Amino acid sequence: MLSMLQTLNGRFLLVLALVSASLIGCGEQNVRFNATDITGANYGQDFELVDSHGQLRTLEDFRGEVVMIYFGFIQCPDVCPTALMRAVEVKDALGPSGDKFRVVYITVDPERDTPEIVSAYLAAFDPGFVGLHPTMEELPEVAKSFRVFYRKVPTGDSYTMDHTATSFVYDTQGRLRLAVSHSMEVAPIVEDVRTLLQAAR
Amino acid sequence: MKKSLLGSILALAMAPLFAQVTVEDPWVRGTVPKQQATGAFMMLTAETDARLVAAESPVAGVVEIHEMAMENDVMKMREIPALDLPAGQTMELKPGGYHVMLMQLKEQMVGGTVVPITLIFEDSAGERFTQEIEARVTALGAAREGADKPMQHQHGHRH
Ligand SMILES: [Cu+2]
Repeated sequence: MLSMLQTLNGRFLLVLALVSASLIGCGEQNVRFNATDITGANYGQDFELVDSHGQLRTLEDFRGEVVMIYFGFIQCPDVCPTALMRAVEVKDALGPSGDKFRVVYITVDPERDTPEIVSAYLAAFDPGFVGLHPTMEELPEVAKSFRVFYRKVPTGDSYTMDHTATSFVYDTQGRLRLAVSHSMEVAPIVEDVRTLLQAAR
Repeated sequence: MKKSLLGSILALAMAPLFAQVTVEDPWVRGTVPKQQATGAFMMLTAETDARLVAAESPVAGVVEIHEMAMENDVMKMREIPALDLPAGQTMELKPGGYHVMLMQLKEQMVGGTVVPITLIFEDSAGERFTQEIEARVTALGAAREGADKPMQHQHGHRH
């Protein structure tokens, strides 16, 4: 009985393996990620936004690189810089392949995040980080297309932004693959980025 | 000898009056030019129940006490009226939790410089006392959260 069950189990697993292999195709292995695997998601497909230097950018500009998109605002005292610092550490830990890891920052505070401030800010972390600037008109559309939440909240005679702190990771073909939560540590992210870079070879 | 012994005894007896809140490792996150706001972080230990009710700094037009929270990976930052400091318990103001928010910055916070901050506390009787501290600025993007900052202990004094 036990051995029959094992055989059945074995057959079932084999079939499952074959089915998933054929589903994924192209010889790609059934990889497991530490972050939330959102492969096939129908949001966050692309963007068309001006960077801090006035150039129009799309995901295609970063083909061949693993891209990590983060939405934030510069007047943020800790969550955004913590996420950017983590991204720096991920890049460092990747060693030579770190130059295939691209961080893209999209502001949810276009009113205050001028290109001048954002480029200086990102450069303090890594000169390769790219800042994107939706206009006030573009922002709701961009946020919606990434399922990102943001809201302006008054404090004193100023305001702060509530916003999604999730980082979105794309493979080298520009396909959305992972949602990385704010609480995730450096090492598991490095592992995931390595997996994505290796799959590209 | 006798005198210094007496002095020590006096100092010990008076300690609770003069060291109400111990402030450790205060640091401020560096900024880039024209950035309007940043956070100050530190550890506070009150000897008797107290509350941090306000703060001031010559570098900021507005200073508030803030709390950060994550809900479904959405970041929220809110002003709180006061931070409770239960006796003997170390309250850590750190990224992801509480901070002293420096707003309407009058200058760039440059790594390695020192920022004076006045902390305003209230004891359980509602009496206010202040404490001046000097927080070191940790350069933006440099190392993990103030990992390079030196240990600092600063003690509060009744006004
Ligand atoms: Cu704040």
